[in-house]
Amino acid sequence: MSSLQMAALLSAPSSPVVAGSLRFVASSSTGRNGNALVVRSEVKIPTGLCARGVNLITHAVAEKTAAANTTDSKPGHELLLFEALREGLDEEMERDPTVCVMGEDVGHYGGSYKVTKGLATKYGDLRVLDTPIAENSFTGMGIGAAMTGLRPVVEGMNMGFLLLAYNQISNNCGMLHYTSGGQFKIPIVIRGPGGVGRQLGAEHSQRLESYLQSIPGLQMVACSTPYNAKGLMKAAIRSENPVVLFEHVLLYNLKERIPDEEYVLSLEEAEMVRPGEHVTILTYSRMRYHVMQAAKTLVNKGYDPEVIDIRSLKPFDLYTIGNSIKKTHRVLIVEECMRTGGIGASLRSAIIDNFWDYLDAPIICLSSQDVPTPYAGTLEDWTVVQPAQIVAAVEQICK
Amino acid sequence: MAAFSAVKISPPQFTPVRSTSQRPASTPVQSIHSSSAAFSSGSFASSKSVLSRPLFAVSAVVSSDKTKSRSAPASHPAVTREEALELYEDMVLGRSFEDMCAQMYYRGKMFGFVHLYNGQEAVSTGFIKLLNQADKVISTYRDHVHALSKGVPAREVMAELFGKSTGCCRGQGGSMHMFSAAHNLLGGFAFIGEGIPVATGAAFSAKYNHEVLKQSKPEGLDVTCAFFGDGTCNNGQFFECLNMAQLWKLPIIFVVENNLWAIGMSHLRATSDPEIWKKGPAFGMPGVHVDGMDVLKVREVANEAIARARRGEGPTLVECETYRFRGHSLADPDELRKAEEKAHFAARDPIPALKKYIIEQGLASESELKSIDKKVDDLVEEAVEFADASPHPPRSQLLENVFADPKGFGIGPDGKYRCEDPLFTQGTAQV
Repeated sequence: MSSLQMAALLSAPSSPVVAGSLRFVASSSTGRNGNALVVRSEVKIPTGLCARGVNLITHAVAEKTAAANTTDSKPGHELLLFEALREGLDEEMERDPTVCVMGEDVGHYGGSYKVTKGLATKYGDLRVLDTPIAENSFTGMGIGAAMTGLRPVVEGMNMGFLLLAYNQISNNCGMLHYTSGGQFKIPIVIRGPGGVGRQLGAEHSQRLESYLQSIPGLQMVACSTPYNAKGLMKAAIRSENPVVLFEHVLLYNLKERIPDEEYVLSLEEAEMVRPGEHVTILTYSRMRYHVMQAAKTLVNKGYDPEVIDIRSLKPFDLYTIGNSIKKTHRVLIVEECMRTGGIGASLRSAIIDNFWDYLDAPIICLSSQDVPTPYAGTLEDWTVVQPAQIVAAVEQICK
Repeated sequence: MAAFSAVKISPPQFTPVRSTSQRPASTPVQSIHSSSAAFSSGSFASSKSVLSRPLFAVSAVVSSDKTKSRSAPASHPAVTREEALELYEDMVLGRSFEDMCAQMYYRGKMFGFVHLYNGQEAVSTGFIKLLNQADKVISTYRDHVHALSKGVPAREVMAELFGKSTGCCRGQGGSMHMFSAAHNLLGGFAFIGEGIPVATGAAFSAKYNHEVLKQSKPEGLDVTCAFFGDGTCNNGQFFECLNMAQLWKLPIIFVVENNLWAIGMSHLRATSDPEIWKKGPAFGMPGVHVDGMDVLKVREVANEAIARARRGEGPTLVECETYRFRGHSLADPDELRKAEEKAHFAARDPIPALKKYIIEQGLASESELKSIDKKVDDLVEEAVEFADASPHPPRSQLLENVFADPKGFGIGPDGKYRCEDPLFTQGTAQV
C-alpha cells in the first residue's frame, strides 16, 4: 500500500482532514524505481472530496528522487509522524549518551512502527535493547536503570501490553521518588501506540491514559502531529520526571513540515489548534482530527469553534483551557477514552472546580462507548466519536 | 487438608536441615559450597561436593555430625580477626535492632506492617559485608537489616520507622521502603518480586557504564545483590529476570532467603520443585545452595558469586536455607509453624555459632565480644532516643518529592506553574 493511500486511510472514513491551520499535507510517495510522485505541499483539500479518491493526484509532478527538501524553497523539512519521533529520539541519544531504548523488536527489527529504525545500527545493541517478551520485568529494569543514572525510553509495542507492566509503572515508576524521600529520580519515558485502530480487535485498541492517570508522580502527554511528536519526545526524555508518551496507531503516517532548528516543547502546555469565539472544544490525539473535520462543517453552519489539543493529559494546562472558557463560556470535550473514568471525566471535573462561574451551558463530554472495541468495522466506527456527533453536540451547547 | 477429600495429601513434613556437604546421590548437584570449580563450569557436578578447601562448620549441629565432616579443622581460620569481629558486630546489630523494633512497635512508636529479620542475619552479613559502597542492594519489605549491613546509620532507620522527617526516607517510606542513595540501597519494596526487575536494571546500568559510557573500574563491574524469599520464587518477575540477567550476563546475584514460609504458606505446599537453586541452571546460570544459618559459608559463596559478577561472567542464583525466628510480621500470630522446627533452627542461631567459632579459633576473647554487644546496645538505644527526639514531618512536606521536577504539577488557571503557588510550599495547595 502506498503511503498516499495510507495517509488517506488515516483520515476519518467520510471526509478528508482539513488542511487549514494544521499544516496537514497530502502525502508524497517515493517510487521504488526512483521516480518521485510529489503532491504540492500544503494543498487545501477541497471539501467534499473523498481523500481516497484519485483527485489528489491532479497536481502530481513526476520527478526524479532528489533530496526531499529541494523540491521547494520552504524552510524546514517534511516527514511522517513516526519519523519525527525517531528524529527526536535520535537527536536526544546523540546529545546524551545515557539515553537508551528498551523494548520488544526495537533493535534489529527497527520497531514494529519503525520509530526506532536504524538506531540499533547507529548506537549498538545495548543502547537499543531488544528485550524478551516480559513487559513487567523490562519496564522494571528500565526503572532500575533510571534510578542508577541512565535515561531509558521504554517502548510498549502496543500500549495495551503495558497493562502487564502496571505493577512497575504504578508502584515503582510513579511512587519511588516519593517513598525514597526524594533520593532517587526516575527520568524514564514510557511510550507506545494506543487507541482504536482499524479493526485491530479489543485488546489492541486500548486507551491506557484512563488507567494510568491516577498514578501520582507520573506525567502523561499525547502527541498528535509530527511537530508536537518530536517536541514532546525530546521534552519527555529531558524531563527528570517519569513521562508516559501516548502515540496513536492511526497517526504514524501523518506528514508535516517541521523546523530544521532544534526545538523542545513544554510537557505541561496545551496547543491552540484553531482560535474561535463560540465554544471551546478540548481534545487530544486522534480525536483532534475528527474535531477539525467537524469544525469544517460547523464553520459552514456559521459556528466559530475554538479547538484546543490539550496534549498534556496529566497535568492539565488550566491556563490555556481557562482562558478559552472565559472567552467562550461553553465547553465540549471530545476524547477517545471510554466514558467511565476517562481523561474527559477528570477534565470535566477540573473545569467545574476551577471555572464554574464562567460556564453558560453544561459541559458535554463525548467519549467512546463503554464497550470492548469490536472487530467489525461498522461496530468499531460506532464505538468512537464521529464528526457528526461533534457537530450535533456543538449545536446543542450553542442553543 | 479437609478441602482435598478425594486425594489424600499428607501435611508437609519438616525435613531435617539439608546438610552443607552431602546431597542425596540421586540428585545431580549444583550445590557446591566453596568450590570455585562448580562456578566456572556452570554445569552439574557429581553428587559429592568437591571442595578445594576444608569447610569450617560453625553450627553445632553440623560440626557434631561426624559423618559429614570432611577433615579436621585446619589450623588457619577462614576469616581474619578483623573480619570475624566485623561479621559478629553486624549480626549483633541486626538482631538488637530488630528486637528493639518489636519493643517499640508494641509501645506504639511505629505502626503498620513491620517484618523482622531475626534469625536470618547470616545472609545479610555474609553477602553485604563483601560489597563495596558502589555496589547496589535491593531488598523486600524485610529490609531493616539489609539497610544496616549496607551502612545506613541505625538512627536513620529507626527514625524512618517512627515516621520522623529525619528518617532515611524523610518518613515517607516506612518499614517496607528503606532507601539510601548514599549507601546504594535501592529499596525496600512492598510487593514481592517487584524489586527484582529494579535490581536487574541496576545491574544493566553497571554493564552500560562499562560498555557504552566506558567508565570502567579497576576492580571490575559494580555488583547488584537482590534479596528475596522463597515465596517470590514462584512469581513471574523472578523467572523473567533470571532469563534477562543471564541473557545479557548482568553483574547481579539473586539471593534467595529461603526461610521455608511465606506468611502461613509452607514453601513445600506452594512449590512444585522446592529446590530453588535448581532453577538457576535451567536458565544457564550457576545455582548454589548454602546453609544460610552459617555466616562463614554464606560468605564463601558470596565471595565467589561477587567475583564472577565483577569479572563480567554474569549472574548467580544462591539459595540460602535460613529461618525467621519471629512471625512473618509483628501482626502474625505464627501459629502454623511447629515447635520442633522452631527449636531446630533456634539451636542453629548464627550469632552464638559465630561467637563459639571466634572463641574456639582464638580470634577474640569472650569479653571482647561482650563489649561489642554493649556497644551495639548503646548504639540502638541512641537510635531510639534520636528517633524519639526527631520532629514529625510538617505539612509543608506533603507535596514535596512527588515529582523530581515539580513542574509536573502543571500550570494553574493563573498561568503560573502550580509549584510556584505559595500554598504549595505549605502543603495546602490543591493539586
